Amino acid sequence: MSTLFEEVPPSFGDDVPVRRLELTVNGERRAADVEPRLLLAHLLRNGFRLTGTHTGCDTTNCGACTVLYDGVPVKSCTMFAVQADGHEILTVEGLATASELHPIQEGFKDEHGLQCGFCTPGMMLSAKALLEENPNPTEDEIRWALSGNLCRCTGYQNIVKAVMWAAEKLGGGTAGSDEAGEEG
Amino acid sequence: MYPSRFRYEAPSTVAEAIGLLAAADGEAKILAGGQSLIPMMKLRFAAPAMIVDINGIGGLNYHRADGDGTYRIGALCRHADLEKSASLGDHQPTIAAAAPVVADPLVRTRGTLVGSVCHADPQGDWASVMVSLEGAIVAQGPNGQRSIPVDDLIDGPFQTVLAADEIAVEAVVPAARGTRAGGYLKLERRVGDFATVGVAVSVEMSGDSVAKAGIGLTGVGPATINASGAAAALVGTSLEADAVDAAAQLAAEAAQPRSDHRGSADYKRHVVATFVRRIGAQIQRSEQKAA
Repeated sequence: MSTLFEEVPPSFGDDVPVRRLELTVNGERRAADVEPRLLLAHLLRNGFRLTGTHTGCDTTNCGACTVLYDGVPVKSCTMFAVQADGHEILTVEGLATASELHPIQEGFKDEHGLQCGFCTPGMMLSAKALLEENPNPTEDEIRWALSGNLCRCTGYQNIVKAVMWAAEKLGGGTAGSDEAGEEG
Repeated sequence: MYPSRFRYEAPSTVAEAIGLLAAADGEAKILAGGQSLIPMMKLRFAAPAMIVDINGIGGLNYHRADGDGTYRIGALCRHADLEKSASLGDHQPTIAAAAPVVADPLVRTRGTLVGSVCHADPQGDWASVMVSLEGAIVAQGPNGQRSIPVDDLIDGPFQTVLAADEIAVEAVVPAARGTRAGGYLKLERRVGDFATVGVAVSVEMSGDSVAKAGIGLTGVGPATINASGAAAALVGTSLEADAVDAAAQLAAEAAQPRSDHRGSADYKRHVVATFVRRIGAQIQRSEQKAA
């Protein structure tokens, strides 16, 4: 054993229910046998080793574990993995391509939208869902959409700027910006 | 945190789900949005032997008005569906006011109104809203459906009169006799926290006077409070400041708050009265605008 921890295949007793699930994660078909009580966050992190999805509070408060479930932002610590059977999941690992960051990621980089980075994956996925529904959000709408994601560095100001940056880059722009405000 | 082990079933019809519940003999829980149930299971406050996931049952995700004005909200209608609904505000102003302040945007994409009412958390927003509207829950069991007024449904904190083999399939708000108006105000320490105080006021206006009124209180007692005495004080008035003030005082007296980390009992009573006054003023302003 090369490390202090090595995962082994699960060996369940006959009384333990195991279910086969098939889902799409970041565009890729995946399958797994899971106990129904496995949380979606843990399937992603411990099962598929997609550790970009963070578990912060583990009590449905912080939103660090946010992923897109069929395009809708959800807290993956508050869903069972079995509920993802037949569904599409997008995690932060699915945002960038091999060569390019997603505009939302670029925005967080350019506008210093992160300090410790723990809340960032959840913030970015909530932002993605917002911009798909509303490509031209006001600052208030951005704050509202991100209000389920907590940042304990309290870097909200730059997070909002990062999302505005991404909205511009994606072609929408922000209705709340100064220029638009004058006209509207 | 992991919940205890359970058997997972995902039926595709309500009848199948009822069969599973009946066989589980009280040891099963229904999973709709899961935004209260799953946290409770992780904390092991709840450890059901079976989870009946109703998310695969078609035809339960709706909110609509019948021809006669009766409003129906299906068991899989999410808070976010109500928050984003274009038509809801015209029919149900109190529900439209509450939808955006339930929990946080992420919980709202999963959680359901019907599930929240049946969870019977004294700090749940929807039970107060439904009480103010004289709403009911339609429960379906092996012997068919029955309608239970939300005021009778809730038996105490986290307790309802639903039988172990019954599923709440929809919430129903009866048709209004006049024009509906109403509002919901909530004080919370931060987004997603439970309500320090929540107040739902619903009225039916006949001309400029109140034909019918309901007031529900969130988070200020061991269960959702139906402040019916306060609501009665609004009937026959045109929501003039004196009348609303009298109702506000009665609502504050109907509250049974406890002093805790969210505020003292006196403070919470004060907020109840303030919220009744504010909603009263809001309704009066919008009525004047409409006239």
